[in-house]
Amino acid sequence: MKQLIGLLLGLLVGGLCAVAFLYYNPLTSQDSLSPLSVSSEEQFSLVYSAVAEDSIVFTNHGESRTHPHPVKVLQLWEAPIRQTDVLVTMLRDSRNLPAGIGIKFSSRSERTRLLNGEALMDSVWHVYLPGRGTLMIEQSENYWSYLRDIVIPAHWSSGDSWRGNWRGMITDGPGALGTAQVYGGSGLFSGIDFEAIETLSAEAWSKSVGPVAVQGQILVEMPAGSAEVSE
Amino acid sequence: MIRFFIVGVVLGITGVIAGLYLLPAVDQARESSIITVAPNGGNFEAFHVNIPMDRIMVGAPGQDETVPPELEWPEDPMFDEARAELFKLRNTRDAVVGVASRIAARDESGDVVEWVLHLPARGSVFVTMDPTPVNGRRAGSMRAGTREFSDLVGRVSESWVADASDGVNAGRIELQATFVSTIMDDDDDLVDAAAEEEAE
Repeated sequence: MKQLIGLLLGLLVGGLCAVAFLYYNPLTSQDSLSPLSVSSEEQFSLVYSAVAEDSIVFTNHGESRTHPHPVKVLQLWEAPIRQTDVLVTMLRDSRNLPAGIGIKFSSRSERTRLLNGEALMDSVWHVYLPGRGTLMIEQSENYWSYLRDIVIPAHWSSGDSWRGNWRGMITDGPGALGTAQVYGGSGLFSGIDFEAIETLSAEAWSKSVGPVAVQGQILVEMPAGSAEVSE
Repeated sequence: MIRFFIVGVVLGITGVIAGLYLLPAVDQARESSIITVAPNGGNFEAFHVNIPMDRIMVGAPGQDETVPPELEWPEDPMFDEARAELFKLRNTRDAVVGVASRIAARDESGDVVEWVLHLPARGSVFVTMDPTPVNGRRAGSMRAGTREFSDLVGRVSESWVADASDGVNAGRIELQATFVSTIMDDDDDLVDAAAEEEAE
């Protein structure tokens, strides 16, 4: 009996050690420095609120802590789209003026490997910027740092929430430097391929409703010779 | 007892690591793709959207009845000539396989009609359409694809098929895609021939 208790205690301690190692593993922390920050090319940014209630439309399977908005929007309950979120939001420029409309599709990625610190989402943005053109942004996003630094502490907190200042780059590819791939569709962007990164800035997160004060920023780098597009 | 405890610790660590390594954290549900090989090259695949059932959002100014109800579309004049729509996307077996966005706009940069088809288990397709329909069908080309579609080029056409028996605005939007791998030679004539044959 003592041996069985010892084995079970060992299993429990071993399991907790493994989980603690994964959680605190410094090798899995994401680089907060944007690969575009050292670029000399022209860039422009698009800012949006990542809070569902601030969006034009947000929908998912309807059973998540982040509820669809508006309330009566069609939910994505069918099995093939059940692990997908759709966000439609106003995009603002760096001066906080309306710049366009963005539609973001985010699906949980089957390449997710928590062992490697990869909580991945496959996402695409369909962006319309009036007077300038349209874009599609393809990216793989890694939410491991977001989960580790915000979501899990919020669950541990006695107030069931997290408050602080967190900023992190969530783009994790497919570009060689971890950048997103941007495809110009029409207007000034027509036929141009370029790069972007997306970052999140969080100040408050609640266990009951998810993001409370979270802002996203898409930084788009224009290729040489297309600087007139940026503003 | 201490020996069993140590064995337990090792087994616990190994078990957690093995579990995380072997068990998929995410498993996307898949519908079988319904793809036919076009006679002159390329793969043909058709999707559709049932209207109004699959309409998630219609973003446009000045709507009396919004979809979804209580939608607050931006009132900024810059969006006056824009219409953004969201749909659930179905295959030819009428099963939902993805979600899609359609943006139609007119401004100084020109007329725009575009689709992004997002199939979570497969990837996404970015399609730019010719704004002017011919014989009720709007032709377009694949601008870019992700994951399964990343090595493909091809054409996509859009058409509206009204269903008079099911209400005034009922019907379906049909999207017919012909994709050719870029690993092969990209021969526009072959793609055109395949698209025409399927359209017939």
